[in-house]
Amino acid sequence: MSITKKDVIKVADLARLALTENETEIYTTQLTRILGYVEKLSELDTTGVEPTTYTVPLKTALREDRVRESLPREEALKNAPEAERGCFKVPQIIE
Amino acid sequence: MKYEAVIGLEVHAQLLTSSKLFCGCSTKFGSEPNTQVDPVCLGLPGVLPVLNRKAVEYAVKMALATDCTVNNRSIFARKNYFYPDLPKGYQISQYTEPLAEHGWLDIDLEAGRKRIGITRIHMEEDAGKLLHGEGPEDDAFSFVDLNRAGVPLIEIVSEPDMRTSEEAQAYLRALRDILVYLGICSGNMEEGSFRCDANVSVRLVGAEKLGTKAELKNMNSFKFVKEAIDYEIQRQIDLVESGGKVVQETRLFDSSKGITASMRSKEEAHDYRYFPDPDLLPLLVEDSLVEGIRPTLPELPQAKRERFTTQYGIPAYDAGVLTSSRDLADYYEAAVKETGEPKVSSNWVMGEVLRLLKEDNRDIKDCPVSPKGVAEIIKLVKGGQISGKIAKEVFEEMYRTGKPAAGIVQAKGLTQISGEDELARIVDDIIKANPDNVERYRSGKATLFGFFVGEAMKATKGKANPQVINRLLKEKLGG
Repeated sequence: MSITKKDVIKVADLARLALTENETEIYTTQLTRILGYVEKLSELDTTGVEPTTYTVPLKTALREDRVRESLPREEALKNAPEAERGCFKVPQIIE
Repeated sequence: MKYEAVIGLEVHAQLLTSSKLFCGCSTKFGSEPNTQVDPVCLGLPGVLPVLNRKAVEYAVKMALATDCTVNNRSIFARKNYFYPDLPKGYQISQYTEPLAEHGWLDIDLEAGRKRIGITRIHMEEDAGKLLHGEGPEDDAFSFVDLNRAGVPLIEIVSEPDMRTSEEAQAYLRALRDILVYLGICSGNMEEGSFRCDANVSVRLVGAEKLGTKAELKNMNSFKFVKEAIDYEIQRQIDLVESGGKVVQETRLFDSSKGITASMRSKEEAHDYRYFPDPDLLPLLVEDSLVEGIRPTLPELPQAKRERFTTQYGIPAYDAGVLTSSRDLADYYEAAVKETGEPKVSSNWVMGEVLRLLKEDNRDIKDCPVSPKGVAEIIKLVKGGQISGKIAKEVFEEMYRTGKPAAGIVQAKGLTQISGEDELARIVDDIIKANPDNVERYRSGKATLFGFFVGEAMKATKGKANPQVINRLLKEKLGG
């Protein structure tokens, strides 16, 4: 399976990544190589084998519905490039 | 009617757990921004989500209440999109293997009962909230509050079984009533704990193939849901009639203009690239858990409504009002138990009780008069101690002061006057004082009878027993 430049541009766009022409070229080559590597698995006949999404035969753990302390707000906002009025401040989002 | 509409609804209901779906942060509404966040719901690196047991139980409850099949195994998936209300860059949801499927809900319409299919119910986490600045200096920014991020939701997806906005509304109300009865969702549309998107398309009557649909969003009241769907149906019919084509898109309802408008910004983003969340193992819901939950389901609104009409013989309208909440239904039933008078009790609860509560914007749970109190006053009227008119005054007094009915009647001297002699004297006085009207009445002006009754009531401050007064007046006026 080969990845086209168009695929890379689309995925980058969905992830809101701005790629230069050069980067697009590099990622197209790299992603094609990675997928080609994984593609090897297709050589095996997996008819009748259930998809192995999870490799451990476990079920998800459940916790009781108990409130635990949250982070102090200053902590929560500490890594944000910009914060104001107790909120994360981001470029305006228009719908 | 050349065209028919095809409507399916996607409803998001916020579950009333104390903590979030995958972390211990509180779900309390209306707190200061970003005070209910932790490394999990902030999407910080190195953390793992742990599923809230109660959220699973609540979701199973809804599944059972809508006759869905609960899947023993369901999978959490990542729904990827890039938006600042979602710090992880994905929402944890369920996709190919949801918690429950293949249910249905019966709705009651004027034309009769109709069954609406429920495709699926799945669990997911809510996103945060974007606040938009108010001043001009804020124009270039949005502000993110993540208190809501990670709050548990269930999404309930219907089959495209509805044909009119009325059906959509009825379905939505029925769904909300059930959620509220189950005690798993507040059902508050304004606060966003009960939200609805609608998929709407039109086709020629008799056509099998579905038309292209538009997805409607931003309808935060039952009224808006109806308005938006009606507008959209007409818009699509006009479009097709004039040779145009409906395009698949998301449209936002603008309640100030009453129209839907295309929301262009998100179109490309509909490519969510779902994949199973490697941080969460499959959710196994054993049959034993399901069967443990089944008996805890309360009587559901529709069943209760039907029981009220058959058991108490009250009109369907009364049953509908009285079962609008579980607490109100319980209140009514407690009153009937005391009085043994279903219709009279219904009139009192729907009338005076709800009227006073509404004036004070109070819930039935906080009603200062107990069902016993209502029964007490009904018995006083039935026993002839007070008139119906006085009873309303007494009831209001009970409501305001919390005093018992009998005490108020005694203290205020409101006991009904039923004594023949006393009332006969009063009637005689009235006849004496109004010779002209008596003359006109006797010569055929029958409508004047009401005047005499009014005078008698005035003279007794409303305390005269109306039956006795009527009889005495008829006797003494002749006619």
